[in-house]
Amino acid sequence: MFSNFDFDIIVRSLPYLFYDGMTFTLTLTALATLGGIVFGTMLALMRLSGIKPLSMLAAGYVNLMRSVPLVLMIFWFYFLVPYLGQWVTGASQPIRVGPFVSSLVTFMVFEAAYFCEIMRAGIQSIPRGQVWAAQALGMRYPATMGYIVLPQAFRNMVPVLLTQTIILFQDTSLVYVLSITDFLGAASKIAQRDGRLVEMYLFAALVYFVISLLASHCVRLLQRRIAIVR
Amino acid sequence: MIKIKDLSKWYGAVQVLKGCSTEVAKGEVVVVCGPSGSGKSTLIKCVNGLEPFQKGEIHVDGISVGAPKTDLPKLRARIGMVFQHFELFPHLNVTRNLTLAQMKVLGRSREASLTNSMRLLDRVGLREHANKYPGQLSGGQQQRVAIARALAMDPIAMLFDEPTSALDPEMIKEVLDVMVALAQDGMTMIVVTHEMGFARQVARRVVFMDQGEIVEDAPTAEFFGKPRSRRAQTFLSKILQH
Repeated sequence: MFSNFDFDIIVRSLPYLFYDGMTFTLTLTALATLGGIVFGTMLALMRLSGIKPLSMLAAGYVNLMRSVPLVLMIFWFYFLVPYLGQWVTGASQPIRVGPFVSSLVTFMVFEAAYFCEIMRAGIQSIPRGQVWAAQALGMRYPATMGYIVLPQAFRNMVPVLLTQTIILFQDTSLVYVLSITDFLGAASKIAQRDGRLVEMYLFAALVYFVISLLASHCVRLLQRRIAIVR
Repeated sequence: MIKIKDLSKWYGAVQVLKGCSTEVAKGEVVVVCGPSGSGKSTLIKCVNGLEPFQKGEIHVDGISVGAPKTDLPKLRARIGMVFQHFELFPHLNVTRNLTLAQMKVLGRSREASLTNSMRLLDRVGLREHANKYPGQLSGGQQQRVAIARALAMDPIAMLFDEPTSALDPEMIKEVLDVMVALAQDGMTMIVVTHEMGFARQVARRVVFMDQGEIVEDAPTAEFFGKPRSRRAQTFLSKILQH
């Protein structure tokens, strides 16, 4: 049944697919994860702060982000951020940010909502006594969080954070709607150019599948190794 | 040194402390005992402000714990506390458990903190475990590290919240030995414990609590010799039987 297919196209386009496409996908995944965890941790601290306006603001943000489709967010940011930039800086023209920065910002603010919930669970998993012990030693809130609670929460949550990163890795393929050359975008362009849709999309699916599978296997291995001995 | 006056605390509608008053002088060791749920732990957590209270006053070294303008972290740094479940920081090794607050709270240099930590680990007999993590130590060893961690801050007083209750019987002595030595060095201590042997040996006074009240506050010999209240008599007969 594959007699009409030309799998040679894949070999010929490998440099483009991986050097251009996959590099972008992995860069976006890594930076968005980093930014998302930092921003998400801040949101989690706000939610747990016990200061009503702060926790309500963070909760509202998380709920909003989790109820909007990601594709919509990508579009919305791409077309809105230039005007937002113009409004903030008072420039005469919309600020051009380019598809990479726009999609990076989108993923950071979107994924932060999910990372927030993970970090919140992580922080809440730390026994009350740990906070007491830090406070009894005279530590203030920033030191208690920074040296005692967050490092333990983060370590407890590494497997879940990485699992979320794998989902993020798959979600980055949605930037193809901005005609960005991520991995799927690259595959898609070659597919359209040469009329080899089935081959390219099969191959793209296979690559996403293998990478995700390997990554989740690594997470499982890691999970066993990093558990804190209590 | 520590003055508790007419202290009351509520959890919602439930009153857990009812007008407690007592004093601990400098260098004095006071044991707080009583049946579980009597408010002992809550009482000593009020002393360094870990638990807020609604009525009454606590003064530590002349500073009011309940006053809104009191810098609680600064005050807490001067009061050592040891917990029932040790509460060592499991992600940090023993040395780092001891040096962290010295450096971050007292602003000591790394060298000074290390020297001080090693001296205290020597004192509790755990120097060779300096690089281990809490999870690699026995309960008794962890509690001794916790005592050293509190002492590293050069506290003016020490609070012990059932320090041996979570320990296996064979480890209780090693912890009590450290505490006895500390008491004999003249440390001001409030100790919540069921270890009546310890109370007899080093306590100047025994405070007996029941249902959120201080029922009896008497010199040690008097408390064990002829407790005045019925409740203390019942408690002692139960606890001293075995």
